[in-house]
Amino acid sequence: MSMKLAAIVPGTALGLLITAAAHAQQITVQCDDLGFGCDTMAPVVERFNQEHAGKTVKLEKVSYQTIVEALPVQLESGEGPDAAIVTDLGGLSRYYLDLTPYVDAAHFEQEFGRTLQWLRGSNPDGEAINGMPTSLTVNGAYVNLTLFEQAGVPVPQEGATWDEWAEAARQVADATQTDFPMEMDRSGHRFASFAISHGAELVDDEGNPVVDDGLRTAIEKFVEWHKNGTMPLDLWGAVGGSTHRELFTDFLNANVVFYFGGSWTLNQMDTEVGDLFEWAVVSAPCGPSSCTVMPGGGALVGFRHTDNPELVGEFINYIAQPENYKEIIAASVEIPAAASLIEGGVDYPSASERTREALATFTNQIPKMAPAAYRFQGWRFQRAMMNALTTRISQVINDELTVDAALERIKQDVELAMDAAKAGNQ
Amino acid sequence: MLGLQKLLGARRMPWVFLIPNLTAVLLFSLLPVFINIFYSVTGSDRLFPQERPYVGAANYETLLDCGNYLDPSTCSRDLFWRALGNTLLFVPVQVAAMIGIALFTAICINRDIRGRGFFRGIFFFPVMLSPVVVALTWQWILQRNGALNGLLTAVGLPPVNWLVLPDMAFFWSVFVTVWAHMGFFTIILLAGLQSIPRDVYEAAKMDSASPWRVFTRITLPMLKPTLLVVFILCVIRSVQTFDELYVLTGGGPGSATILIVQFIYETGFAIQPRNFGLAAAASLLLGAVLLVFTVIQLRLARGRSYD
Repeated sequence: MSMKLAAIVPGTALGLLITAAAHAQQITVQCDDLGFGCDTMAPVVERFNQEHAGKTVKLEKVSYQTIVEALPVQLESGEGPDAAIVTDLGGLSRYYLDLTPYVDAAHFEQEFGRTLQWLRGSNPDGEAINGMPTSLTVNGAYVNLTLFEQAGVPVPQEGATWDEWAEAARQVADATQTDFPMEMDRSGHRFASFAISHGAELVDDEGNPVVDDGLRTAIEKFVEWHKNGTMPLDLWGAVGGSTHRELFTDFLNANVVFYFGGSWTLNQMDTEVGDLFEWAVVSAPCGPSSCTVMPGGGALVGFRHTDNPELVGEFINYIAQPENYKEIIAASVEIPAAASLIEGGVDYPSASERTREALATFTNQIPKMAPAAYRFQGWRFQRAMMNALTTRISQVINDELTVDAALERIKQDVELAMDAAKAGNQ
Repeated sequence: MLGLQKLLGARRMPWVFLIPNLTAVLLFSLLPVFINIFYSVTGSDRLFPQERPYVGAANYETLLDCGNYLDPSTCSRDLFWRALGNTLLFVPVQVAAMIGIALFTAICINRDIRGRGFFRGIFFFPVMLSPVVVALTWQWILQRNGALNGLLTAVGLPPVNWLVLPDMAFFWSVFVTVWAHMGFFTIILLAGLQSIPRDVYEAAKMDSASPWRVFTRITLPMLKPTLLVVFILCVIRSVQTFDELYVLTGGGPGSATILIVQFIYETGFAIQPRNFGLAAAASLLLGAVLLVFTVIQLRLARGRSYD
């Protein structure tokens, strides 16, 4: 008897284990630790795991660079996590799982309708739900108010043009012996705000690159600002290729009057500057065409290769529920992507009053964004264009190319990238 | 084994022992070359071979399409030609500087000076650093508000934006890469110097030979085999230069310091959508250029061995 029992018990246990393993589902979600990411999602994920017996969501925290550079290669080889928070929304679209059967589609359309198309890549008019936009980021300008006060120069008000800001910043820098009047991250995304406000379309409705007079005017003015010392050569002048470079430390150290960066550095401003000097985020400077900045942001997406599409959908649907979503947004101190929260606002218990004001200013720019900015953000070849912009503008600043030649090269670079992608769709 | 030898014969047995090494060479050296050739004649941003349509020589045509090969701005892929030109300038300058400075350093620390062990350690130290750490350290030194400008302003001199001027950026590119790798070559040359018999120098001393004559008639000729090894390793390392400069200058200002490996990396991996075909074609064209240099090197080496 005991011999039989000894044989039956382990056998049964093994059978139960195998059965349980067969029914247990686990997915891996890759995310970084910035804003709406692994750290801020963790409490909600833990709750999900508790509420869904036999289903496990595992967060895999990686660097932002890993998501930008390594994840696409993993996905191309058919490997990688089941889901991830990504920022190249259109560029990775062919790997996305269509979540429509697994989520509350009406809720997604109502809350994220305006940005869902960014995830649809080459089919922006389609109806697939490819993920949940996590947070919006907005690029924009930080201004050192203390320097303005010391210089006795009035701060330009809402509606001021880029030229008026440049002139005011130059006066302040001269009066206060500040290193530079203005700085802009070396980023095609930041430059796109400037270009679109000067009338650049960058991409048309058919998804073709557009090189127009608006872009020409923007490049000419931008180059001139680098030649006359309005902007330092350290970023766009000194660096080459598609390298992203920023010197936000210049603003943190009060070495620049006006800094064009993004909403994602608000926490850094809060913690590192505090009350050392007065600063503010200001409304988007205007060009001849519009007063636009560029939208951006991340999205929680599922991938086609997953073995558990239902669980991926169920999890993303859970995160999108208003109470869960609001909790993560509040913890991450970021601009929500959900329409109801953009309208109704979010309480940020961990943020200072100044940061809340700055967030409100950033959020107020959203309705003012030009259609071209949305179109460019959702374009599959946005990164190809942005890389071409940084590379070619730096060459113009260094007298390697004329503006005309740069415009021609930008178009060629993007068309070459589009040809490469088209060949894969044959 | 004996059975196998009986079966194949003694003359064929060496091939049996070569099989493991040949397999490794085939798998890890030759196969990637053939894969690279395949990618260079196919298009699209897809990775899997079955998803990549054959495009013939289109990638090579794109790269080689030039109005005037001496003027990169007339080329379809101007950055490829700028990168190739920069590499062809960077390699000889860097190799000459590297070998010259490493040889000088090796001769110095080969002498019986105080703290010789310490200096040997100091010169070798940068070799152990990650290239990214090297680049970030020098960026911190050379940037507008960096340590070097801090020193200049402290002694009343105006600051210089070292990485903004193209010629200056090129100089610092060479300097930083020499600084980072010199220690490795110094150690090899030091070993070569120490293998030269002392009595040869003693004989020269008895003949009252001048230091320069000793260097040119004894040290250099006897160091030739080591120098050749250093030269080959140095050229290979120089052509492969990427990480330090990618972090330090990103290939800038403009395209003043973009090297061919950075062009290949950006085309194949950094820019979306990734153009694997163009990157593969560029790397094979670089391979062809290197092949020419290798043949020249081998000829020179053969000539020297008959000296």
